[in-house]
Amino acid sequence: MNTAATGTVPRLRLTGIRKAYPSVVANDGVDLTVMPGEIHAVLGENGAGKSTLMKIIYGVVKPDAGEIRWEDRPVEIANPHAARALGIAMVFQHFSLFDTLTAAENVWLGLDRAQSLAEVTAGIRAKAAEYGLEVDPERPVHTLSVGERQRVEIVRALLAEPRLLILDEPTSVLTPQAVEKLFVTLRLLAERGCSILYISHKLDEIRALCHTCTVLRGGRVTGVADPRGETSAGLSRLMIGAEPPKLQHRPVERGPVALETRALSLERQDQFGVTLGAIDLQVHAGEVVGIAGVSGNGQQELLAALSGEDRRARPGSVMLLGVDVARASAGRRRRQGLHFVPEERLGRAAVPTMGLAHNLLLTRREPVRAGGWLDLRRMSAMAQAIIERYNVKAGGPASVARSLSGGNLQKYIVGREIDAKPKVLIVAQPTWGVDVGASAQIRAALLALRDAGCAVLVVSEELDELFEISDRLYVIARGRLSPPIGTSTATPERIGQWMSGLWAEAPGAAPMPGEVAHAPA
Amino acid sequence: MLRLEPRPQPSRAMSIASPVIALALTILIAGVLFVVLGKDPVRGLSMFFVEPLRNVRGLTEVALKATPLVLCALGLAVCYRANVWNIGAEGQFLLGAIAAGGVALYVTTQGIAAPQWAMTPVVLVAGMLGGMAWASITALARDRFNANEILVSLMLVYVAQQLLNYLVFGPWKDPQGFNFPQTKTFVAATLLPNLVPQSRLHIGFAIMLVLVAGFWVFMFRSWRGFQLQVGGLAPDAARYAGFSGRTALWTALLVSGGMAGLAGAMEAAGPLRQLTPHVSTGYGFTAIIVCFVGRLHPVGCLFAGVLLSMLLIGGELGQSRLGLPNALTGVFQGLLLFLLLACDTLIHYRVRWVRQHPTAVAS
Amino acid sequence: MSGEIALLIAATIASGTPLALAGLGLLVNEKAGVLNLGAEGMMLVAAIAGFAAAFHSGSQWLAFAAGAGAGMILAAGFGVLVIWLGTNQYATGLALSLFGFGFSAFVGVQYVGKKLGEHVSFAVPFLADIPFLGPALFRQHPLAYVAMLLAALLAWFLYRSRQGLVLRAIGESPDSAHSLGYGVRWIRLAAVVAGGALCGVAGAFLSVVYAPLWVEGLTAGRGWIALALTPFATWRPARVLLGAYLFGGVTMLQFQLQAAGVQISSQFLSMLPYLATIVVLVLISRNPAWIRINMPASLGKPFHPSA
Repeated sequence: MNTAATGTVPRLRLTGIRKAYPSVVANDGVDLTVMPGEIHAVLGENGAGKSTLMKIIYGVVKPDAGEIRWEDRPVEIANPHAARALGIAMVFQHFSLFDTLTAAENVWLGLDRAQSLAEVTAGIRAKAAEYGLEVDPERPVHTLSVGERQRVEIVRALLAEPRLLILDEPTSVLTPQAVEKLFVTLRLLAERGCSILYISHKLDEIRALCHTCTVLRGGRVTGVADPRGETSAGLSRLMIGAEPPKLQHRPVERGPVALETRALSLERQDQFGVTLGAIDLQVHAGEVVGIAGVSGNGQQELLAALSGEDRRARPGSVMLLGVDVARASAGRRRRQGLHFVPEERLGRAAVPTMGLAHNLLLTRREPVRAGGWLDLRRMSAMAQAIIERYNVKAGGPASVARSLSGGNLQKYIVGREIDAKPKVLIVAQPTWGVDVGASAQIRAALLALRDAGCAVLVVSEELDELFEISDRLYVIARGRLSPPIGTSTATPERIGQWMSGLWAEAPGAAPMPGEVAHAPA
Repeated sequence: MLRLEPRPQPSRAMSIASPVIALALTILIAGVLFVVLGKDPVRGLSMFFVEPLRNVRGLTEVALKATPLVLCALGLAVCYRANVWNIGAEGQFLLGAIAAGGVALYVTTQGIAAPQWAMTPVVLVAGMLGGMAWASITALARDRFNANEILVSLMLVYVAQQLLNYLVFGPWKDPQGFNFPQTKTFVAATLLPNLVPQSRLHIGFAIMLVLVAGFWVFMFRSWRGFQLQVGGLAPDAARYAGFSGRTALWTALLVSGGMAGLAGAMEAAGPLRQLTPHVSTGYGFTAIIVCFVGRLHPVGCLFAGVLLSMLLIGGELGQSRLGLPNALTGVFQGLLLFLLLACDTLIHYRVRWVRQHPTAVAS
Repeated sequence: MSGEIALLIAATIASGTPLALAGLGLLVNEKAGVLNLGAEGMMLVAAIAGFAAAFHSGSQWLAFAAGAGAGMILAAGFGVLVIWLGTNQYATGLALSLFGFGFSAFVGVQYVGKKLGEHVSFAVPFLADIPFLGPALFRQHPLAYVAMLLAALLAWFLYRSRQGLVLRAIGESPDSAHSLGYGVRWIRLAAVVAGGALCGVAGAFLSVVYAPLWVEGLTAGRGWIALALTPFATWRPARVLLGAYLFGGVTMLQFQLQAAGVQISSQFLSMLPYLATIVVLVLISRNPAWIRINMPASLGKPFHPSA
């Protein structure tokens, strides 16, 4: 089964790669060796330096120091054109596709050779058939699902007949079933001699797919191993330097329903959105409810309806502590005890160029005195208290939000909301892009909040995280919500099925919208 | 080669130094321009920067011209900070002059007797309302119809100019004015009282100073001011916080329209004492420059207003004493703004000298 | 009567030509994602440059070249500031317009009241003699036909050529285009300079052919109207042309109404083009979803390559 290493000359060898930015050293003396036909994982937490390393290989970023050897010749990869000329192809985590163009036009843009659009379209069909990928070249990209878009990206990469294919976190947008299909394609590619660099932080996948694994932590290589011979715990130790922290689970003492939606339905606002259909959701005081699902299935729309940024819901369909808030503004919901931590930090949860003290005013009104006068001293004191209590590494209450690292800013934002002693807290992607230490602190803070009697709703793409902190789970798929399931009885496989929308329907339920139109991702 | 590196925190020092550097560069280029035109650069520059401040009369003239500039700029600063690009201050200025002039003309022609302390405020308020009304057209277009406020407010400038022309050439023309396009001179009760005797400086200057302080409080110490700024800096954050974009839009436009209208009223009821087609010499546009040079900050606008007022007067002096074309002022103003924008990058970026990056050759 | 209509059509085309040229230039700008509010300033400087060139050399074509050159230089300066130094596109464009107004007024002082040479009339051989259509369509200045040809060429370029595809991609998502390895900044600069050239030709056309004279502020807001044309045309070249003729027609209307003895003061008639622009802006912007689909997504936003 292992057809890797058909020769002793490495396809790619990096030695002593270093790249520093003003606030962080992204790569510090990194070595990497990839053999022909090998599926090589690069494992690390968010912020470990994986993306930077891949950008260096693909020519988007230039290293400050170090050597790159391609098939045993030293090379300088000046830009993506040069990388492609060598035979390196890359599928990015955040797709670089143009929504208003068709799939074929997108691929055409990414190719260097002078071919006509018709030739490219034919080539796409041929390559897709060869690898069993379903791609329609004539459709505009904005009509494609996330899984379909990734297939377009992969076909684009394959058309260049690459000798090294880099995939950056490819499965974060896929259901477990789609992941399996992807692995089939990748194994086929490797058998034909193409090397694959597989960037991920998902231990199970790496152990299932990859031949070798280089582990990065804090910009340095902490180890190179064969993942099939390692346990998850062993890899995890290399990745974060310790066993993954175990969080205490108390038996659940639920209170009454604090946040509830009743058949919440909402038309999408534009062609890029998702229509919500008959969502029934309940969050009790003193429990953590998680909503799992691949991004792009209606999470943003649901969160906007809950937080008050979208007020089109039918009256009676959103209830907060027994009060109808379907048409209430975000401010009113906040005054009634609903606080929200959105997914985007800079630009939404915080104003990037304002200080931490001023950013407090976005969701807290205590420093606003009668007559609209701002109490600057109180703002500063409150901000300082949050900084200290949640261990935020910042210069002080006057530091501008964008000078903080992602993890620290998230700690401040979560702290700001928890500090308001909410009755209901909604959090979206709480630890995305946050380092391990801060992630643990944030999760612990959420659990402490729950223990104090708050109702917590967590929307996340990280199944592991949801399993760790939730008491009950829902899954959102194509704008619909599954029935709830207790975390102790749920399994990743089942949740994976549900993420494709395949939960048992109650008798007489309406069919899901668009079910026939889209091919399953 | 030179490379721009983003700074982790915007540089406070550069924020203040940038306009100074831009001014210095403008002066340099101005000097060169004078030489090219065959004039003594020192004399030329002194027209703009020294002569206007020479004596009390000069100072009052600078203060007089600065008043409408600063008033307009204060309102525009609120607008721009809220990311509402009101370019039509000139039109709102004209409507303020028209409204104020209309009221003053009515009082004058009807022979209404009323004391100055009662009449003048009415005239000024009329001007503010006129400017606000004109600005509200733009606000409505953007609020209800999503129309771009830059283009709408600008088109309204041209409409306002034609409206003024119509009134002054037509129904409001002074029948005893020898057919010149001008209204009757307004009766004294409607005019602004003098501030400095023997000069043209009126209390509008004092009002302007008070408003500078008021706007500072509004922008940096008030809840509404905070909301406006968040809306301008990060609209998603404003929506998240529950700040109403609609309220911000209307507040910004009504405030800037009102200020421009007030400025227009002060011109008509102050030095001019009547309406003519030349009520404004482009104050509304110059105020945009004042606003930027003043860093969208009320106190900065005050200093910038004084500076640009000196440039305006310098242009007139240069024309009468050195034979330089008056249009030179416009060149300097535009140049100053350009250089300011270029220097502003230094607030957010550092300039570094970087050697050609090391080639990937092994040890 | 038909002769009158034919003349009206001809006048509309002539009046719309500078708007069309400037509008198409701005279209190229905006397709690449750059909003250049300095159109009015560029047109003014080009107008005086063209007038001066024509005055001293007697050649119209030299005047157009001078206008194009002036537009390109100013646009390049704008482009460097906005694309490399990342200055605010709105403010920088405004600065350009204000500077252009002052600079053109300054340089133009000596040309006020001056006259250019003999008026040259153009006619397409054979076609110009067709009754009605001849005087209506075929007695235009060559630049009018250039404008029409340009609209067709741009449509082909944007939607059928690879370079046009690249331009549109950059306008939609410069970050994605950059990660594909395209020189986003250089291509944007090229678009901005091309736009400046066209605005320059439009300005020179105004001062050398249409007016032909120089006064301060000659363009009377046409640069701004040209900016309104692009969203009106949902960023498509053929519609820019149509919109330009529409505005040209409205401008002509005021003269027609005056000549017809309509009892409205001339000032109100002069307001017509500007009021028409406002009405058009209000009508086309009403549907935000429609704008979102057609507008280049990165328009007005700065681009910072992450390297």
